[in-house]
Amino acid sequence: MKATEQNTSNNTQPSMGAEEVVWGILRSINDPEIPVISIVDLGIVRAVSVEEHHLVKIIITPTYSGCPAHDVIKMTIQLSLLENNIKNFSIEQRLFPAWTTDWISDSGRQKLKAYGIAPPNHTQAVCTPEIFQKEESVQCPHCNSFHTIMISQFGSTACKALYKCEDCKEPFDYFKCH
Amino acid sequence: MKHLTDYILHLADNALIMGQRNAEWCGHGPILEQDIALTNISLDLIGQSRYLYQYAAELAGNNATEDSLAYLRTEREFKNCLLTEQPNGDWGQTILKQFLFSTYQLYLFEWLQQYQDERLKAIAAKALKEVTYHVRWSSEWVIRLGDGTEESKQRMLNAIDALWMYTGEMFIPSESEMALQIPLDRIYKQWDAKTKAVLNEATLLIPEKVFMQKGGKSGVHTEYLGYILTEMQYMQRTYPDSEW
Repeated sequence: MKATEQNTSNNTQPSMGAEEVVWGILRSINDPEIPVISIVDLGIVRAVSVEEHHLVKIIITPTYSGCPAHDVIKMTIQLSLLENNIKNFSIEQRLFPAWTTDWISDSGRQKLKAYGIAPPNHTQAVCTPEIFQKEESVQCPHCNSFHTIMISQFGSTACKALYKCEDCKEPFDYFKCH
Repeated sequence: MKHLTDYILHLADNALIMGQRNAEWCGHGPILEQDIALTNISLDLIGQSRYLYQYAAELAGNNATEDSLAYLRTEREFKNCLLTEQPNGDWGQTILKQFLFSTYQLYLFEWLQQYQDERLKAIAAKALKEVTYHVRWSSEWVIRLGDGTEESKQRMLNAIDALWMYTGEMFIPSESEMALQIPLDRIYKQWDAKTKAVLNEATLLIPEKVFMQKGGKSGVHTEYLGYILTEMQYMQRTYPDSEW
């Protein structure tokens, strides 16, 4: 499915489906820190429109305020559009509504799991300031056990927490609810 | 407009200086996970400061950029609270500072996410989600250390002695906070209730009748800020206009 979108993206005719072409290009851009999931699957791309004079407008939102990947993502979008002969574009960063892990697509969740990162639970388990709250029940991405414990709320990147499976004993990253 | 610009700069300076201080722990944390936690928090804060500086730069005009605001203003132009520039001290003092500051950010941003200015509202709503993690993490550590061993408790008591005098300033309105009607009295009540609850759980007492230092909001800082800026601004001052 992706391949056909990729192929049509070489067609610079801004005819019908021009937005779909741009979506196709964006779907081929992976997150630089989790290189198995695209920025579309992550919910970073909020909107794509093609306006008058073939102006392509893309709206993106950051995951965490300090995410160092965000600038890289913006630059990669620019380069990918240029490679596909789209020169007239604007990329707008929008903060509101704030990004949430609910925007990660189902296929994105599956890709995270296959990569060894436990996908986020749904947001009823989102962080509150209450102390020592009951930890979320997170499924081990390796052996599917729910018998896991949190090691740290903060992991290798802002969006992840560190967990350990008590059954298969493997440590793993959990893409924490946000 | 000047009041809004000043206020945004104040918020940005708070986040940047706090983030810069935390970054000093990078590679020095007591254990790897907590080193990573603190630098994660640092990154969130520096990210927040970037959105705020970008907004302030647009408001200020005169070719200001997020970089010029962060790297080319002098000590007297920084509007951060004195609390944020205090030295990290030991782990206990760093934790307490983070807890006192994050709790203030939590209630402030809760209020600001309903604010009339769309841009500030969006930044606050976004930052609030991150700050919630910071409050939870730091309050759990305050309890762990306060209600821990004799030594960890003593260190928390020392931290309270070192920092409490800087907490009052957060709730003394500056000119811009008055003009924008930021309800600091209300935020203080929420902050006070939360800090009391956590310190109580940590078996630590809140000191009474402490003389509260102020000045940061109007650019009169403790000696520490100058050193922070010297280090932080070194690259931009040595190689003017260098970019990432």
